[in-house]
Amino acid sequence: MTTSPSPDVLTDATTASPRDRLLAFVRERWDLVALVALAVAPLVVPALGGALGGQVTTLFVYCILALGLNVMVGYTGLVHLGIAAFFGIGAYLFAILTVPMYPFQMRFVTAAAVSALATAGIGLALGAPTLRLRGDYLAIVTLGFGEVVKVTLRNLEQITGGMKGLNPVPPPGAGLKIGGTDLGLAFAIDPRWFYYLALLTLAGVVVAMRRLENSRLGRAWVAVREDELAAEAMGVSATRVKLSAFAMSSAVAGLAGCLYAASLSTTADPNAYDFNRSIMVLCAVILGGLGSIPGTLLGVALLVGFDTVLAPWADSAIQQWNINPSGSSLLSFSGWRLAIFGLALILVMRYRPEGLVPSRRMAAELHEAHA
Amino acid sequence: MTFFLQQCLIGLTNGALVAMVALGYTMVYGIIRLINFAHGDLIMLGACLALTLVSALGMAGWTGAATWLGVALLVLLCGLFCGGLNVAVDRIVYRPLRTAPKLAPLVSAIGVSFIFMNVGLFWLGPADRSFPELLPARNLLAGEGLQFTAKDLLVIVVVVPLMIALSVLVKSTRLGKAMRAVSQDPTAAALVGIDVDRVIAATFFVGGFLGGAASVIYGLYINTIGFQMGFQNGLYAFTAAVLGGIGSIPGAVVGGVVIGLVRALSSAYVGERWTGAIVFAILIVILVFRPEGLLGRGTKEKV
Repeated sequence: MTTSPSPDVLTDATTASPRDRLLAFVRERWDLVALVALAVAPLVVPALGGALGGQVTTLFVYCILALGLNVMVGYTGLVHLGIAAFFGIGAYLFAILTVPMYPFQMRFVTAAAVSALATAGIGLALGAPTLRLRGDYLAIVTLGFGEVVKVTLRNLEQITGGMKGLNPVPPPGAGLKIGGTDLGLAFAIDPRWFYYLALLTLAGVVVAMRRLENSRLGRAWVAVREDELAAEAMGVSATRVKLSAFAMSSAVAGLAGCLYAASLSTTADPNAYDFNRSIMVLCAVILGGLGSIPGTLLGVALLVGFDTVLAPWADSAIQQWNINPSGSSLLSFSGWRLAIFGLALILVMRYRPEGLVPSRRMAAELHEAHA
Repeated sequence: MTFFLQQCLIGLTNGALVAMVALGYTMVYGIIRLINFAHGDLIMLGACLALTLVSALGMAGWTGAATWLGVALLVLLCGLFCGGLNVAVDRIVYRPLRTAPKLAPLVSAIGVSFIFMNVGLFWLGPADRSFPELLPARNLLAGEGLQFTAKDLLVIVVVVPLMIALSVLVKSTRLGKAMRAVSQDPTAAALVGIDVDRVIAATFFVGGFLGGAASVIYGLYINTIGFQMGFQNGLYAFTAAVLGGIGSIPGAVVGGVVIGLVRALSSAYVGERWTGAIVFAILIVILVFRPEGLLGRGTKEKV
């Protein structure tokens, strides 16, 4: 999973059969292949113009959220158990800046930028006093913060609409006329508009993460993860590096929240941003591979795929074969959802702590620790 | 004033319950530095067993001394069940990860918590279940104008002796000495001949036993159990453990009582729906300003 092709791969590719050459190309440039495939898909698969399009859009949004979390947990090694709170803060800020109920009613891009930045600010405000805490204490602070945010969103009914959430969140480009058609109306009617918007944003975030990974800051994140004291001895300011990870994580999560609220045209109720959501995203990052961009994306795809594709399919299969005439939840596949996730986490931690698609650095570090 | 005293009384009884759960967190953390995320869900399973036993034995029809004996039996059985389960989980899940990076056992504990929750979901069903009132609702402090029933008394009657037994165990037995040694330095403890894995298993057992006992009292006291009760209660108890100084046994008790009081008073004066936010806000503030807790000693990060 290297980003730059090594010389022998190139020579292999020129002498190998066309099939091998194609495979080698896919392996080297999986990102480009996936992007092109996903970009063409809505033109070929008509179902993406319906409910499926909305589901895939949500998948992209979770991918963005997970990439945000990956900055903290993967690169910097800080366990974060409240990422959903920042997702929620982004969604609610975005809603406040756009819904008709409030006087702001900003454009999509402005509102998204403002809410992502403000979410980063809130992340900094939480991070600044708490970053000197040891690893597991920090995890608990983020968890507690997540609960505080959820309860606050639920209870401040005058501002957040309580359990009803804030709606309707207008689609991007509402009122903007392009060639006689209202862009906002197009977004509202055809889910493919949101599909492309989310895909584009995801691609942007992936590119940004790639650049960050190899930047001075990205290397500082990893240095702090691997050995904070050694990093400090080398002149890296651990506090500043961790704070920047906190801010970056929060900003990306906030951005995901904006897209989420916009694509659903509501913030949904505060329970959408609870601990379960945080843990599911964390599971995705861990299963896929901490600190690994393809791993994170795969992890989200697996988890969301489990819920939206595999579980309904298995359930209907069980019903068709008539194994479960009594309708007992013991014999339904989705009844085992939590246990399957739990078992997956335990097995991955035991046998492959670097995840399914590991980043090379993480794999080396974890196996060194085992030796 | 009576109202305030009443709230304090509720807080104290609640706090004693929280303290029992907090002890399970603090003991495990003290010995292997693991936040045992599954502890709350372990207690949920204990409550499931208690409910099953209560219906199987038909305890709702028992009266007088038989009820109290039955409750003692429940405490014992659920304690053994949770203790045994905790030891089994440690053996299967955590022990192979002793030398792994810290993230591994933490994430595994989250996994165990998921599995427990799923078991509880099958055991109880998705809806909350009511736990029968076994104890007489007679008010024992009616003369003082306060409400203090047999249920409240039960909490004290179970919690206080268990705490005393625990402190005797930790302070003056060979096992307790070994526990303290392992908690200070596992390598050195192993060097002087302590079987570290056995001591850790014993710690898991004791923490689980207290949790199992707490689960019975919880059922009898709160009268509602559900498969999701573990998360919230676990968090409160964990907060108590951190507040008192994680790893410190008296700290867990003090923290539990403080959390109980905070919950009761904030429910009475601010509103029940803000209680969760207030407790966790306190947790964050404590961690920021006094991360070693009220009674804990500061630990230095080792190279």
